[in-house]
Amino acid sequence: MFKTLKAGALALALLPGCALALEWSSAAVAQAAAPAGPTVKIDNFVFGPQAITVSVGTTVTWINQDDIPHTVVANDKSFKSKVLDTDEHFSFTFTKPGEYGYFCSLHPHMTGKVIVKAG
Amino acid sequence: MSDHDKNDHSGQDRRGFLKCMAWAGTGAVFTVSGGIASSVSLGQAMAAPAKAGSFTFMQVSDSHVGFNKPANPDAAATYREAVGKILALPQKPDFIIHTGDITQLSKDQEFDDADQIIKAAGLQVFHVPGEHDMLDEGQGKAYLDRFGQGTKGAGWYSFDHKGVHFIALINVANLKPGGMGSLGADQIEWLEKDLAGRPSSQPIVVFAHIPLWTVYADWGWGTDDAAQALGYLKRFGSVTVLNGHIHQLTQKVEGNIVFHTARSTAFPQPVGGQGPSPGPLKVPTEQLHSMLGITTATFVRGSQPIALIDSTLAA
Repeated sequence: MFKTLKAGALALALLPGCALALEWSSAAVAQAAAPAGPTVKIDNFVFGPQAITVSVGTTVTWINQDDIPHTVVANDKSFKSKVLDTDEHFSFTFTKPGEYGYFCSLHPHMTGKVIVKAG
Repeated sequence: MSDHDKNDHSGQDRRGFLKCMAWAGTGAVFTVSGGIASSVSLGQAMAAPAKAGSFTFMQVSDSHVGFNKPANPDAAATYREAVGKILALPQKPDFIIHTGDITQLSKDQEFDDADQIIKAAGLQVFHVPGEHDMLDEGQGKAYLDRFGQGTKGAGWYSFDHKGVHFIALINVANLKPGGMGSLGADQIEWLEKDLAGRPSSQPIVVFAHIPLWTVYADWGWGTDDAAQALGYLKRFGSVTVLNGHIHQLTQKVEGNIVFHTARSTAFPQPVGGQGPSPGPLKVPTEQLHSMLGITTATFVRGSQPIALIDSTLAA
């Protein structure tokens, strides 16, 4: 009877074979406004992919595709976005190896991780 | 809802118990009474404040002024309609409690617009912030600049009105990764002191944005450290906890504590877990008003219960 926004988008993202393809296609779309590089989509209150592995020097971009604002905040506060409304993005360049847990400070059950490898 | 019925027929139970009342039209009426299950019609509840010492107050919640997405292209307009409902009440309430998410993005213009809308009610308004009111650069400074006078910490405070003690708690500040709502040690310590020395017979109303009991953990619909706070409230004979955040009615009774969440005036959200996310529930335009609403709380001196009447914007 009711239709939740983005229901269709979630169904797509849940198809295992499609997940990676979706990631890279959304990065391409974001290139117009955001730096090239891996992209984390915020969709249906989920960071996708939940964990991402990159090499030092990589710029990761988060894009909010929900109708509700979100933030991207490192657990250790080493990076922190302003509030991201629908279709807004945030980028951060990782210059040191390590594991960076992060969350949405509005909806802290939303968590993700960036693993930064040396070289 | 099953909680509401479990003490029926237990006439020996001295604790207040709650009886679900008829859902008549768009107004749900339920009441807690001290030892005697009593039926309260909507008409009776509305007439009750005529008794000496009795009064009503309103709860509005989640106005999200600034929200303009398909689920509700004009949240300011529906907030205005909610204020219109308050103005149309047969009994003038003593004041309004707003349980947070006043704005969508904590913008000055949104706070200004929200102020203008609620001012039309001509009543004092007591606020608590929702997480949407903490999105300015100062992470809540914009809210505190407007509403923080005389409050402590992130904005908590208490006041007495006609013998009832009201406590405003903040559970949207300094949230932790992977967690839900959070009160924090400082606020809980303040609460303990605020309650110390009060007679257990004094009716208590607690209001905060995120529910103070876990409605649905996977969506963060709860408050991690609520149990400790509620522990200080258990000795009181009548405690009413009013929350928002989840944009739908839920009720629960635990001992003498009645928990209630109000509808939003902006957009509905799905029942916990029934949908891919807690995002706005998009319903046909003609259904929207039946899923938005306000709550009327009626305190009648001499009978412990605070009767809560939820009415939609469709009525």
